[in-house]
Amino acid sequence: MSSTKKNTLNPNKWIELHADYLFNYTISRVNNYDLAKDIVQDTFFAGLKAKDNFQGKASERTWLISILKRKIIDHYRKINSIKGKAEVKMNFYSEGDREGEWIEERVPNSWNAEVEKNIENSELGEAIEKCIDDLPEKYAMVFKMKTIQQFETEEICKELDITSSNLWVIIHRARTQLRKCMEVSWFKN
Amino acid sequence: MKISCDEATKICDKNQYGEASLWDKVKINFHLLLCKKCGLYSKQNTILTKCYEIHKNASNIASHCLSKEDKKHLEKELKARI
Repeated sequence: MSSTKKNTLNPNKWIELHADYLFNYTISRVNNYDLAKDIVQDTFFAGLKAKDNFQGKASERTWLISILKRKIIDHYRKINSIKGKAEVKMNFYSEGDREGEWIEERVPNSWNAEVEKNIENSELGEAIEKCIDDLPEKYAMVFKMKTIQQFETEEICKELDITSSNLWVIIHRARTQLRKCMEVSWFKN
Repeated sequence: MKISCDEATKICDKNQYGEASLWDKVKINFHLLLCKKCGLYSKQNTILTKCYEIHKNASNIASHCLSKEDKKHLEKELKARI
């Protein structure tokens, strides 16, 4: 005889018990209020549809999170498949004799030494946010998960279903473009 | 041993998170001896990492919550489907 109690689902209480938790989980990954709200709503609806499949082994919240994770991967795949617009600017030649070398206009310029010293400026955050917003969504998402939310590499790879070499290429392109953007908007000589 | 600027700066980025391997570091240091452009990138990268760190500390204070109205709306939508 087993004494373990089976978990049950109570959709009437989902908003009260889990909405904040799911929302926080989502916003730390997608960084957009409306988008996070939609993903949470989709998760609850999907949970409702699938509630007959719930076996009671996991807690209600764990079960909802597993659905949410799927929704986040779906979102990542969607933004990853948008062609053209979803790419960052090239910083290095990608073919020919000069493959891997800096493209002239993307070569780092030296920065204003005074500005370099004064990075504890309240407007700095705004400048950073603006530059991140200019990145294609995929790059902004991975960069923020790694740099601002400070997730482990392994965790991001697992959550977005990408390889670590894939992740470092994305981080590299994001940071190279951000450097250029910060050079123009903040560190200008 | 010889790597391109693209590869060198990629390693430099990885190193900002403390995740470059020892061999990566050997390769990048060799590259930096010869390449001023990447040297500048590397120097600026350290400054940017500090900037992102400051920004991270400032932005994590704000807690994100669903607004009351949105929660109510969500509740209504959900109950309509139960």
